[in-house]
Order: sequence, then C-alpha cells, then structure tokens
Amino acid sequence: MNLEELLYAETHEWVHVVEDNGEKIATVGISAFAVEQLTDLVFMELPQVGTAVEAGNEFGEVESVKAVSPLYSPVSGEIVETNLSLPDNLQTLGEDPYEAGWIIKIKLANEFDLSSLLDHESYQRQCAEEG
Amino acid sequence: MLAQTPLNDWHLEHGARMVDFAGWSMPVQYTSIVEEHQATRTAATIFDISHMGRLRFDGPDAEAFLDRLLTRKVVGMGLGRIRYSLMTNASGGILDDVLVYHLETPSSRRYHMLVVNASNREKIVKWIQASLQPGEAVEFNDRTMETAMIAVQGPDATRIVEQLFAKDLSSMGYYTGIVTEQMGKPCIVTRTGYTGEDGYELIVRTDVAQQVWNNLMLAGREFGVRPAGLGARDTLRLEAGMPLYGHELTEEINPIQAGLCFAVNLKDRKFSGHQALVDFADQQNPFQRIGLELRGRRVPREDYAILRDGEEIGKVSSGTFSPTLGRPIAMAYVVSAAAEIGTEVKVDIRGKLETACVVELPFYSRPNAT
Repeated sequence: MNLEELLYAETHEWVHVVEDNGEKIATVGISAFAVEQLTDLVFMELPQVGTAVEAGNEFGEVESVKAVSPLYSPVSGEIVETNLSLPDNLQTLGEDPYEAGWIIKIKLANEFDLSSLLDHESYQRQCAEEG
Repeated sequence: MLAQTPLNDWHLEHGARMVDFAGWSMPVQYTSIVEEHQATRTAATIFDISHMGRLRFDGPDAEAFLDRLLTRKVVGMGLGRIRYSLMTNASGGILDDVLVYHLETPSSRRYHMLVVNASNREKIVKWIQASLQPGEAVEFNDRTMETAMIAVQGPDATRIVEQLFAKDLSSMGYYTGIVTEQMGKPCIVTRTGYTGEDGYELIVRTDVAQQVWNNLMLAGREFGVRPAGLGARDTLRLEAGMPLYGHELTEEINPIQAGLCFAVNLKDRKFSGHQALVDFADQQNPFQRIGLELRGRRVPREDYAILRDGEEIGKVSSGTFSPTLGRPIAMAYVVSAAAEIGTEVKVDIRGKLETACVVELPFYSRPNAT
C-alpha cells in the first residue's frame, strides 16, 4: 500500500478507494499513529455487513486496557465487508495497519465527496501537531 | 500549572505519556501498560509516586493526636511499624485511606508520618489543622514538596534495592520501615506497595531523587527493571483487590461497606467517626464491595450499572482488562443480597448486557506471599 495514496479523517481513520465495475469501494482502517496512541488493545466491535453509514458517524469501537474509543466512518455508504479475523487478532492493527489490519469496506454513496478528507501530507501535519 | 515531581525531565526524556493526576503531571505509561504490568509481576519496575502526600508529625502528643484521627490504633505502634488505616468523618464516611508510620532516625529521633492520597492531600491537611487542639504538643509538617517517593515493585525488588544500601533487606518484614541514608541524605525505606507484589518504597530529599532513581535503574539492569506509570499501577492494584480513593472509597462510603473491617479497631477507641461505625456495625449492611470477573473481552468501566433479573443492583467502581487473568475484571458495590461469591449478574456495557460472576477478592495473590 502506498501510504501517500490514502485519504484520512481527522479522527485517524484511513481510506483507500478503488473502482470496481463502476462502483467505488472504500477500504477503511485506523492509522499507525492512532494504533500507537491507543496501545494495549483488547477488544474490537465490528458492524454488520449491509449497515448504512454516514461520514462522521460511529461504526464500531475499539477498546484498550485504559479506555474505549469509537471508530468513525470517514465516508458515507453501505458496509459490504468486515475484517472478521481482526477482533481475535488485534495485534495485526499494530503490525500491519494499512494491509492486513483493514477494518471495513464501504460501497461509497454516489453523492459522497472525497475532497472532504485529508490527503497524506495534511494528515501527517495533524499527527505532528498532536504527537 | 501542574505540579512536577523532581523526576519530570527524566520521564519526558524517556518517552512517558504524561497526564494530569490530582494536579500533578505524572507518567501514565512509558511503552505499554500491559508490558509494564507484566514486568512488575515477573521481574521489577520502578514508579515515581512523588505525588503522594507525605505528612510528618513530631512532638510528645503526636501519637495520641493521630490515634484520635485514624481508625486503627497508633498508640503503642512499635518502632519501624507501618499500618494501613482510614480516616473517617463524624458520620463514618471515608476521608482518605493512608499509611501511618512510626519511625526512628539514626540519631534516635522518633516521629510519625502519614502517606495520604494526592487527591486528598489538601483536604487532609485542613482536617489535621482543624483537629489540633490548643496546647497539644504536635509539630505538623507537610513534607510533600521537599521529598520524592519512589516505589520498586516485583519479585526482584529486594535484590535491586539491597544494592543501594549494601545490606540484606530480605529479613525486613512486610509493612516495616527504616530511616537510613542515600547520597549522604536521609532516606526512608519501607517494605510496602500498591501492586500486590513484594516491594519497597523509598522517600528521599528532592535534590537526590534523580540520582537515587538512576541508581535503581542501574542496579536493576541485570533484572530487566523498567519504569512503570500510573496506568500499570492501576491495573496492578485492581488485580490485587486494593481500593482506590475516589472510586471504591468516598465520603459516602464507610469502612464496613468497603470491606475494610481489618483496618478499623473499634474497641476502647475514640476517633472521629467511631460512634457512627459502632452504630452501623449493628445494622444490616445495605451495600458491599465485591469483585467481578467477566467472560468476554469488553471492559466494565466506572459507573456502569449492574443488574440482576432486570433490576439495577449496583454500580462498577473501577474496572480494567486484567493482564494476568486475560479477562475483564471489576470492583463494584452491589446490594448485599447479590454479594455472595458465585452470584451471576449482568453489567450494562454501553447498552449491551454482559454476564459477570461475583468472585473473591483479590483477583491475584503473588506466589509465596508472606
């Protein structure tokens, strides 16, 4: 995965969009920065396939020893796939956050505008400020 | 502006994540809470606990004065003895949980000391000042800002701390303390802790705190010692079933409800809250502190409701994911009818009911505990 091709939400989710038979499918995960901030992950709740999500709304949660953090959908559309092996292998999020650590795939709503998301450079700047 | 311990720069240089804890900037973790927790259980870790309040009492009436404030006897405590005790208000509500020390300096000066929670220090200082009676020969000094406090905890703690003092500490009893020297300055060494492991707590002057910390890191290198933060301190004390003020203990809870009868001595005593506790001891206890173990992986957090047969019967006071047991645990207050070991209850974890079982406290006891 070329990280510079990814788009990001301010809430630290990454998005990778591919076109498939005229449909735009967005793969969503959480950034390495976010995983490092969370540490000691113990639980992840995934949504049901078929659920409609709105950009900025919660689609699941990830829990660490210290606290629970909501996962926000960076885009609007319908969930078409979830990474079912992830909740039992949360270390994957730290080891390979941009490939094996993907969380959900969303069929983008037609009207959804990707320009509302951050590009790689802007996101890096945000992390530097928060870090 | 947050207060800083003398070790603040070291924490920042070593990648600590700092948080505001009771007005102090304190390390919550350096790498990972679970790693720091497991290092404490299997080797040793060192904690900066300088935020704890350290109050010194000198003078001929100090002993009788403290005896009037604490739920356990202070009169007659042997030299070098340390006791866990509570301070209660007139209605028996817990003002703080403390350690009281009876110590002797190398120059044979005897005095008492209290270590109180950081979050309660100002309240307790005021309580002490208000409790002093005219003519009472007690010299009271808050020594928190002139001293630092470092805990060394874990099965290898003795072998690490011994190297600094070039003496055998293995025969030192649990809950005893000595006043010795470190870097030419007075240093209190006690066999105490808040992790459920064997360990020590050192109180030193602020100007030598960094050097003592460095010496401990060096002495511990061969044992794989590492610094640990408040995050691991919390998971460790929870597994050990130890209450934390503001969670299990508040002014609305009395020591009997908190299951801390061992820390209350009512016989022939006259301390603040004594009469209220005598009266309460005769009644049916409405709420009790219990331990809960869950089967899933979702963590019950503070204030989550506990239900039985659809009815709310209590609340979680603190919860975490136990690194040792590999499952979520919690301490909670529930109605006495549901406090029996083995009772099955539900915890409302953000709208989803998870099954939990009432288990004995502590969740963890160290092997060969003495």
